[in-house]
Amino acid sequence: MAATGIGAAVRRTEDQRFITGKGHYTDDIHREGQTIAYFLRSPHPHATLKRIDTAKALKMPGVVAILTGADLAADKIGNLICGWAISSKDGSPMNMGPHPALAQGKVRHVGDQVAVVIAETLNQAKDAAAAINVDYGVLPANADTAKARDPKTAQVHDNAPRNTIYEWSLGDAAAVDSAFKSAKHITKLDIVNNRLIPNAMEPRAAIGDYDSGTDSSTLWVTSQNPHVHRLVMAAFLGLAAENKFRVIAPDVGGGFGSKIFIYAEETVCLWAAKKLKRPVRWTSDRSEAFQSDAHGRDHVTHAEMALDAGGKILGLRVHTVANLGAYMSTFSSSVPTYLYATLLSGQYNIPAIYCEVDAVYTNTVPVDAYRGAGRPEACYVIERLMEVAAREMRMDPAELRKKNFIRTFPHQTPVIMAYDIGDHEATLKKATEMADIKGFGARKQQSSRQGKLRGIGYSTYIEACGIAPSAAVGSLGAGVGLWESAEVRVNPTGSVEILTGSHSHGQGHETTFAQLVSERLGIPMEQVTIVHGDTDKVQFGMGTYGSRSGAVGMTAISKALDKIEAKAKKVAGHLLEASPGDIEFKNGKFTVAGTDKSLAFGEVALAAYVGHKFPTNEIEPGLKEGAFYDPTNFTFPSGCHICEVEIDPETGHTKIARWTAVDDFGILINPMIVEGQVHGGVAQGIGQALLENCVYDPDGQLLSGSYMDYTMPRADDLPSFAVGTVVTKCPSNPLGVKGCGEAGAIAAPVALINAITDAIGHEDVAMPATAQTVWQAIQKSHKQRRAAE
Amino acid sequence: MPTVTLKVNGKKQSVDVDPRTLLVQLLRENLRLTGTHVGCDTSQCGACVVHVDGQAVKSCTIFALSAEGTDVLTIEGLANGSRLHPMQEAFREHHGLQCGYCTPGMIMSAVDIVKRKGNDLDEQTIRQELEGNLCRCTGYHNIVKAVAAGAKAMKNGARAGKAA
Repeated sequence: MAATGIGAAVRRTEDQRFITGKGHYTDDIHREGQTIAYFLRSPHPHATLKRIDTAKALKMPGVVAILTGADLAADKIGNLICGWAISSKDGSPMNMGPHPALAQGKVRHVGDQVAVVIAETLNQAKDAAAAINVDYGVLPANADTAKARDPKTAQVHDNAPRNTIYEWSLGDAAAVDSAFKSAKHITKLDIVNNRLIPNAMEPRAAIGDYDSGTDSSTLWVTSQNPHVHRLVMAAFLGLAAENKFRVIAPDVGGGFGSKIFIYAEETVCLWAAKKLKRPVRWTSDRSEAFQSDAHGRDHVTHAEMALDAGGKILGLRVHTVANLGAYMSTFSSSVPTYLYATLLSGQYNIPAIYCEVDAVYTNTVPVDAYRGAGRPEACYVIERLMEVAAREMRMDPAELRKKNFIRTFPHQTPVIMAYDIGDHEATLKKATEMADIKGFGARKQQSSRQGKLRGIGYSTYIEACGIAPSAAVGSLGAGVGLWESAEVRVNPTGSVEILTGSHSHGQGHETTFAQLVSERLGIPMEQVTIVHGDTDKVQFGMGTYGSRSGAVGMTAISKALDKIEAKAKKVAGHLLEASPGDIEFKNGKFTVAGTDKSLAFGEVALAAYVGHKFPTNEIEPGLKEGAFYDPTNFTFPSGCHICEVEIDPETGHTKIARWTAVDDFGILINPMIVEGQVHGGVAQGIGQALLENCVYDPDGQLLSGSYMDYTMPRADDLPSFAVGTVVTKCPSNPLGVKGCGEAGAIAAPVALINAITDAIGHEDVAMPATAQTVWQAIQKSHKQRRAAE
Repeated sequence: MPTVTLKVNGKKQSVDVDPRTLLVQLLRENLRLTGTHVGCDTSQCGACVVHVDGQAVKSCTIFALSAEGTDVLTIEGLANGSRLHPMQEAFREHHGLQCGYCTPGMIMSAVDIVKRKGNDLDEQTIRQELEGNLCRCTGYHNIVKAVAAGAKAMKNGARAGKAA
């Protein structure tokens, strides 16, 4: 099965429908009798809702209903929740403010939902929304992360004094203090990790439907985790009983984290459909997406690293203010804490780390997980410190890293994570070879002759994927364990359906998962169908995020396949008149050991459904098995990215001359798909470092509210990438896989900023390093040099 | 409501539309040709690219009524029956798509690029010409490879689509 098995660059099964326009996304679905929902959103960052007058709008053509927060309250629909409890260092619980799906009493960010108009057509709904008269009592507002805790700053929620959600810490402050006392060199940095807007190309969408005959609800939604949607909407929002509620996430056009969360709009669609007894459909337009999709990053950090005279790291001290926006989104509390501070040890042996994180409310869109979620921010902190420390100590940045690499595994960091395996020296070595570091000096001279500045930047990253071991995350405050489920249904004809709790929204599961099954059962991939994204088909699952579907989702499939094999051996044993222990299964054949007596997989499958072929009092008929897999540890992809830039000092324009990525993802199932994930992740990382910035004015007006203002990476902004791999097999799962979805977005931004600062000889370059930012930094650098002379 | 009459994928269509209806809404909502996608509201993303009278057009930028009498080709009409257009084949072969949402617009733009720029396309030309199409998944690396390969394949005798 080498042609389609594990390690083969099989072309994707799912592509046929996407390249022919036959994909099936939520907005492609039409329900008989459907209505269209349009949300009236707040133009103000912060205001009381004094009066909402819908009288005129209700009389407009095609209007079916106009609903507000008062209707939501009357129907006792619960608030949206954050499912990960974080306690402050004094033990107090986080201050979660109420988050109704339609505003009640107050709006807290531009784009907050004030009312929903439900009409026969979209144009009618928009026309009516324009006729709603809202009397706002405008309040002072704040969008600035650093100013949120200032006592003079406007309060977003009454129950969060000084806009503070929690003041959390991790690590040993005393140990860090003593490390800093003995240090010979201390590197200090102030860092802003810029706010990003995820921008999956498919805007979010939802269709709610209610069947009064069976009292059952159906929600089609752009979700990365339909079962989590069903669970939260049933258990916390009270919209439907779980057994009377089907959630379908069909083809989903990219997620990057933004489609994990349970949002107001799908809540309203489902609720309104039951209320109106008609399907209610909503599709976000892009301008709405900018004001309502959960944003990413937005940290303000001060970090200090203590080193001895030889460059060994002694300690790390970090203080971060994390902006969580106006409301706590589904997993927002975990991102700047357990997904961030736990990775601050990077690839290095650091004896003492202490990190404090203050999470704050501002009058901005909620912030939650976006590709990498906390880990890009951690990687940025540690890898900027390494690069700057090397420059300050006049050491080679690669040598400083090598000096501090963790070389023995398992390795317990001072910040919870226990790294299981890796070979940081190998990824660095391969990357420096592929990037032709030896030739850099000559290339720099060449650039210099043309009046250009050339620089090189490293990022040796590590991340934690495969989230997550239930016991570990449960003890850290997660509301649910993050295992995964799978069911293998073998049909009598020998074809196989795999039901998985993972969800594919671009990752290619229909191909990679089928490769695993093809390899294990010795059957062609065409005989394998991957079923996902429907709670009526798949019993339960946690979905796809945190690069978990290989390490957790596929392992669940592998465990279920183990059971299939064991059961099939029993059936084969009876048919071949041998003990199941003597049956060997290889290349799709069950053979009695040491004989030529064998049966093909398809023959055994058929026999399993033909009860008279074996004693059913000993073996149940049928061939279907399931498994729930709870990982024993996180997985730890790691690697080295090297960026080489050439900058025009006259304009500040940065050209990426080379990008080299060498990653250790463990065993690769489909290297073509893995490389694609690296390309996409790096592109988003380059986007953050060079182009993208979500900008609010100080009072909370969103300035980057469309593609006219928010710079998405385009084909001509990016280079081609040189991608390589090193393999250390992950010991915590039977497939040896680690995960590859986020690595690029984690590694890339800091490699690029390290390269730019190297080229211009000035460290103060904020993301995004636009031409203007870089040009200004070059001028500052000139000024400092002149002052020094 | 006024009526617009046009040809879509070789088939004549007459549809009554609200005058505000955009061509992309006509295709998606009235004709249920949902392969053409909408990714933005400022004509930046290119997910809605179709061919109108043989030229690539962002179908969110024109009213349905402006398409009166035109010949429109969408992604659904690009293949020759069950035989894929070489550009479609190239996107699959070179892993030029992940979530698939931008893909129809990318492919329709790519076919148009080949018609305007020829079959031997260098990387820089392809990247510049794809300026009007956004992809968030692939980092464009494999899209660029797919367009180059598709362009070559179109030269080698493969047909370039019904209305192309």
